Amino acid sequence: MRNFTYAAPRNVAEAVRLAGQPGARFIAGGTDLLNLMRDGAQSHGAIIDINGLALGDIVQRNGVIRIGALARMSDVAAHPAVRRSLPVVSEALLNSASPQVRNMAAVGGNVLQRTRCGYFRDSGTTCNKKTPGTGCPALEGENRGHAILGGSDHCLAVHPSDLAVALLAVDAVVLTDRRRFPFADLHVVPGTTPDQETVLGHGELITGFEIPVTPLAARSRYLKLRDRATFEFAVVSVAAALAMRGNTVRDVRLTFGGVATKPWRSPEAEDALRGKPLTTTTITEAGRALVRGAVTRDHNAFKVDLVQRALDGLLRDLGGAR
Amino acid sequence: MTADSEFKRRTVLKAGSTAVTATFVATRTATPAAAAQTESSVDITLRVNGHDHRLAVEPRVTLLDALRERLDLTGTKKGCDRGECGACTVLADGRRIKSCLTLAVMRQNTEITTIEGLARGDRLHPLQEAFIRRDALQCGGCTPGQIMSGVACISEGHTRSADEIREWMSGNLCRCACYPNIVAAIQDAAK
Repeated sequence: MRNFTYAAPRNVAEAVRLAGQPGARFIAGGTDLLNLMRDGAQSHGAIIDINGLALGDIVQRNGVIRIGALARMSDVAAHPAVRRSLPVVSEALLNSASPQVRNMAAVGGNVLQRTRCGYFRDSGTTCNKKTPGTGCPALEGENRGHAILGGSDHCLAVHPSDLAVALLAVDAVVLTDRRRFPFADLHVVPGTTPDQETVLGHGELITGFEIPVTPLAARSRYLKLRDRATFEFAVVSVAAALAMRGNTVRDVRLTFGGVATKPWRSPEAEDALRGKPLTTTTITEAGRALVRGAVTRDHNAFKVDLVQRALDGLLRDLGGAR
Repeated sequence: MTADSEFKRRTVLKAGSTAVTATFVATRTATPAAAAQTESSVDITLRVNGHDHRLAVEPRVTLLDALRERLDLTGTKKGCDRGECGACTVLADGRRIKSCLTLAVMRQNTEITTIEGLARGDRLHPLQEAFIRRDALQCGGCTPGQIMSGVACISEGHTRSADEIREWMSGNLCRCACYPNIVAAIQDAAK
């Protein structure tokens, strides 16, 4: 790891000013950033430690749960209001990383963590995300873990955050030092610029997330399928939130991880269920709608079936479908 | 093995490696880059096992390297150095963390507890005793991390079943696969 200068500002304004200098980067938990710097995937001349900022609170007020960007994964997962009103968020967090990392990693950084694509992390390979224009070896290479949705001829790397998939399912809002916008607008698909992963400007600081407390979000679950039982990234994951009126689906959110280049919401799958009964037929329709635009490569076609089965299993569990 | 003989073994190892690498060290310290790095060091205070230590470190030095290389607290092990194996687990204000994934400069106002800080004089911590009784180690490389993580696992209350212990100890790998005995030791100590 190359050396850098270090600053620990005491307020947001100072932090943002320091992070505005070229080559500067925020550090919170550091659990991803330090590995990226060791691997040479990122290099920064100045590291701005934001752990001294008062951004760690989790509060519920006026029908909204506000989670500070510096709240740790373990604290958010265990918080009574989150467990009661946003179970999908708690479940996604408890299925992420290890207990130690969950004690360290902040939720603001979690949604900005970078892909685990082996070509991106390997200093000896080309990668359009790492160095624009150098090419993507995953297109014809080892792409079992790669995206079937939202990819391009420049990048297929999967967004690795479970929390981001959950926040997308509960209509979260992103707060930064300068604006607020829907969580759905935070991440962008790679297109021709895979190095650009979010809409955040240089030095812009996520200060927290706001999530409305709704009956929809209160009935939500997360299902994560992976290559080993625990401490592993998703091969496929599904977050679902469901509001029923009798046997009819009044409203639904369906979001997915492991299959797409950004946390993925499928309005098509939701439309296949909204206003209809939850049956084998409608669930199958929703799954088909999800994968209609899927593009597979040599080793990841299995995800097309797997993600539909995961959706099927989760919806039956959540909705009691027959 | 007594603490005294452990110290001697380490001294011998250190002396040997110093002799072998002496020429390389001499060349490397002469480079301008090394000089620049020394200038960019910052003075910090780390509170480890109840004692304050003042030291100058480059900002890029991890808590793990500061503990091992600067404070000579080599009980905390360096396995993967990227947060995957858990051998470097220590407690920070009572919470378990991976010391390879955090910078020493970021941990100045933190009470750090390492494996060296668990025993009370000659009295081992109950989980250390349980590891011995249950034969919960072979090579020992992961053991300090397993024990620190296990201490936290018990204080968190994640010991209601063997399955729960396995899930909450998943951040600590054991290449000798002593997992059944590690789980048993944690169950014993949690009682």
